[in-house]
Amino acid sequence: MNKPVTVDLSLAREFGLTAEEYGRVLSIMGRTPSLTELGVFSVMWSEHCSYKSSRKWLRGLPTTAPWVIHGPGENAGVVDIGEGYAAIFKMESHNHPSFIEPYQGAATGVGGILRDVFTMGARPIANLNALRFGSPENPNTRRIVDGVVRGIGGYGNCVGVPTVGGEINFHPAYDGNPLVNAMTVGLARKDRIFLSAAAGIGNPVIYVGSRTGRDGIHGATMSSAEFDEDALSKRPTVQVGDPFIEKLLIEACLELMETDAIVAIQDMGAAGLTSSSVEMAGKGGVGIDLDLDAVPQREPNMTAYEMMLSESQERMLMVLRPDRTELARKIFEKWELDFAIIGHLTETGHIVVRHKGQVEADIPLAPLADQAPVYDRPAQKPSIPAPLGAVHAPLSLDAMLLELVASPDLCSRAWVWNQYDSTVGGQTVRRPGAADAAIVKIEDSTLGLALTTDCTPRYCQADPRTGGAQAVAEAWRNITATGARPLAVTDNLNFGNPEKPEIMGQFVAAIEGMAEACTMLDFPVVSGNVSLYNETRAPDGSVRAILPTPAIGGLGVFEDVRKAVGLGMQADKDVVLLGATRGELGQSVWLREILGREEGAPPPVDLAVERRNGDFVRGEILAGAITACHDVADGGILVAAAEMVMASGIGCELESPDSGMRPEAFWFGEDQARYLACVDDGAALCARAAKAGVPARIIARSGGNDLILPNGVTISAARMNVAHGTFFPALMDA
Amino acid sequence: MAIALKRVTGHAPRMVWHHETDLTGVDLVVLPGGFSYGDYLRCGAMAAHSPIMPAVRAHADKGGHILGVCNGFQILTETGLLPGALLRNANLRFLSQDCHLRVEAEATPFTHRWKKGDVFRAPLAHGDGNYTADPATLEALEGEGRIAFRYADAKGRVQADDTGCNPNGSVNSIAGIVSKNNRICGMMPHPEDLVDPLMGGEDGLPLFEGLVEALVR
Repeated sequence: MNKPVTVDLSLAREFGLTAEEYGRVLSIMGRTPSLTELGVFSVMWSEHCSYKSSRKWLRGLPTTAPWVIHGPGENAGVVDIGEGYAAIFKMESHNHPSFIEPYQGAATGVGGILRDVFTMGARPIANLNALRFGSPENPNTRRIVDGVVRGIGGYGNCVGVPTVGGEINFHPAYDGNPLVNAMTVGLARKDRIFLSAAAGIGNPVIYVGSRTGRDGIHGATMSSAEFDEDALSKRPTVQVGDPFIEKLLIEACLELMETDAIVAIQDMGAAGLTSSSVEMAGKGGVGIDLDLDAVPQREPNMTAYEMMLSESQERMLMVLRPDRTELARKIFEKWELDFAIIGHLTETGHIVVRHKGQVEADIPLAPLADQAPVYDRPAQKPSIPAPLGAVHAPLSLDAMLLELVASPDLCSRAWVWNQYDSTVGGQTVRRPGAADAAIVKIEDSTLGLALTTDCTPRYCQADPRTGGAQAVAEAWRNITATGARPLAVTDNLNFGNPEKPEIMGQFVAAIEGMAEACTMLDFPVVSGNVSLYNETRAPDGSVRAILPTPAIGGLGVFEDVRKAVGLGMQADKDVVLLGATRGELGQSVWLREILGREEGAPPPVDLAVERRNGDFVRGEILAGAITACHDVADGGILVAAAEMVMASGIGCELESPDSGMRPEAFWFGEDQARYLACVDDGAALCARAAKAGVPARIIARSGGNDLILPNGVTISAARMNVAHGTFFPALMDA
Repeated sequence: MAIALKRVTGHAPRMVWHHETDLTGVDLVVLPGGFSYGDYLRCGAMAAHSPIMPAVRAHADKGGHILGVCNGFQILTETGLLPGALLRNANLRFLSQDCHLRVEAEATPFTHRWKKGDVFRAPLAHGDGNYTADPATLEALEGEGRIAFRYADAKGRVQADDTGCNPNGSVNSIAGIVSKNNRICGMMPHPEDLVDPLMGGEDGLPLFEGLVEALVR
């Protein structure tokens, strides 16, 4: 980029702007923009930074509740969890980089979301993720799984934040476009929360952290376009992470946050110095002057354009009280991090970028934000899926169960979890797989958090509205099944190309479903991220979009975390099924894995029933009656029971259903709002459930080490665990 | 680690910055886990040269007690305070899981609350925990009873070539060793992560309680 470049419409197009958008740039500037200015406009108006296709619809999501301190619009969402503490959390995608360079793509995804959380004053206490990979048969899948898992572990383990939970799906729709959604949860005092709006004309603008290099230039633009066969040639746009610098940055920022030095702070994420400076000044209604000669640089001869668009990792921008600058400098020097005053706030309302004596950019901030494009793209209402007709089981119950627990979407994730440090910090009460949600304790308190990530993309593909509602309901249910009170969610909306009406239709419908569920369950959205253009163009010109994947990260709270329950089967208990079973096999895992069909309508989500059943279950857990609990989800009742048995090695004997429906529908149907619960006195629980209007029946008595099926076949926990544990090692270590 | 030490001793430990050079008045030096300096070089190799390390060495020379866990163990081998080295795990992947440890030496301040042959559970979380040493060193460690802990299964069976018992492939299933004077212990698993029933158990407590007892005696 050192040779002279002509700024014109064709360059603007290369930068991802449309002709209309470039016209808007010309009218705001009143002249042809410089290269740096065009770069700033193009990243700020990219889909990734501007939410131009999604913004209109995101407004439909509920974002408030008495316990919400900050909803969307800040770096992360903030909720009150009691005792003066706030939980700060967000989920964010790093899909495109993770396809191009899986290790660094995933690693820097973790790094970026950590910064979003600690920039608000929170110490990160837990990481989660939601991952979607292509078909296991695709030769590329193994490389991507390997790199993504190593990358998440490599960053999270080194930075010393436990990775406590997550979810994984495989589907051919992700062959050319895996999804890597990373979530961080942090803890802060609720009266010590830091925001990003700059204030105080003349206040210094400080750069801290890693030096700026040429990595990741135009990353935000890359993630706002679909992939083609040349995607791998974009490797230079992927950033490289340094988790040790991140660790130092966390400690230095938290130490500075103990003082009164910080006026505003924001991490340099997508679009780096550009978005952080523009957003901080824009939110504060002030101008900002930057002197790029002062920016710590990793490489010689960087241009203004390169520095403004670099996405080098582990960097933060702060506005400080001028009389505290030296105090701050000492803290960062102690942590051996670069600290540079690179500018100050002005009353011009412009961002002015100077480099080597030249003004490289001078852009009015208000129109850059206010005139950012917002599109009301045509959306085609998704068609209603045809109901699934009659289906018949080709195998015995036990054979089907063993096949299901060994299948890619239901098999043990231990191979993955075992590469993530889930206990560092010493506050992990339930590790991955031990409960429906991960449970972490708040140090020096009895408070605890229940954390989960959920989405069922095959439901969303068949019926985006139901799928959107189901993703929220499942997160709520998983938190409920531990005994925690669900508080709020972060969302990560992964979809295809919004310029296609059918994709936009999926997006709109999924948000409607989510909004309905969040409202009915008092489970507002407090932060989130939208990732569009998740499509891949094959060499033959055909384009495949991912399954619509609105991943939900849920957070719940325990006043007394000692009351949390796990999902492992306990001995000598009645096992009670709570919630009604109609035998919904449409879009079920059973249908796909056993009959090879992805058809029918997903199970309906009745939010009033969801709420009633969940509130009852939570009450019984907190009262001490239910001592282990597992929600019934993918694979239905039989898989849920098997998962409980495999988790603890303690078996149970299932009763014949006498349900009036075919066994496969009863045992593998995926009706929503259901739980399996261990209790001492099943009859008493059923009586209380009846009073609360919750369908309940005893379906098993626990004991021994075998799962005894209603057809009389006995499968030992050990045998199931072998089947359950084979897939990942066979795929990855063979 | 600091939480566990406080829980067992009732006192918050003094946190020492890597640029400090003085450990006067300290009974026990603990080198905890983590990724010192990012461990971008060999694990613990940079930390072994940090400014505080001469004071740690002096503490050892005076017969002071030192516990190194995980990265702390790696640092102890890199400084030469304990023999051997920690290689990449045999499967070349980071491992985070529970393991079982069999107590091999009961006459050390770190293990005297157990009996030889006792088995306890401990989480491990490392990419480089595959202990190795040259044959002469191994012979000395074994001969002098300086193997503190070996990886085992829940029943105490030790089988070096079975990843079910010896997850990272350590030679002779070695999980922890002590110095000649029994005052320095290095181990890869994390006993400090199991000192609270809420977190899944108290299997690691005897190590810390035993240390406290030995130090105040």
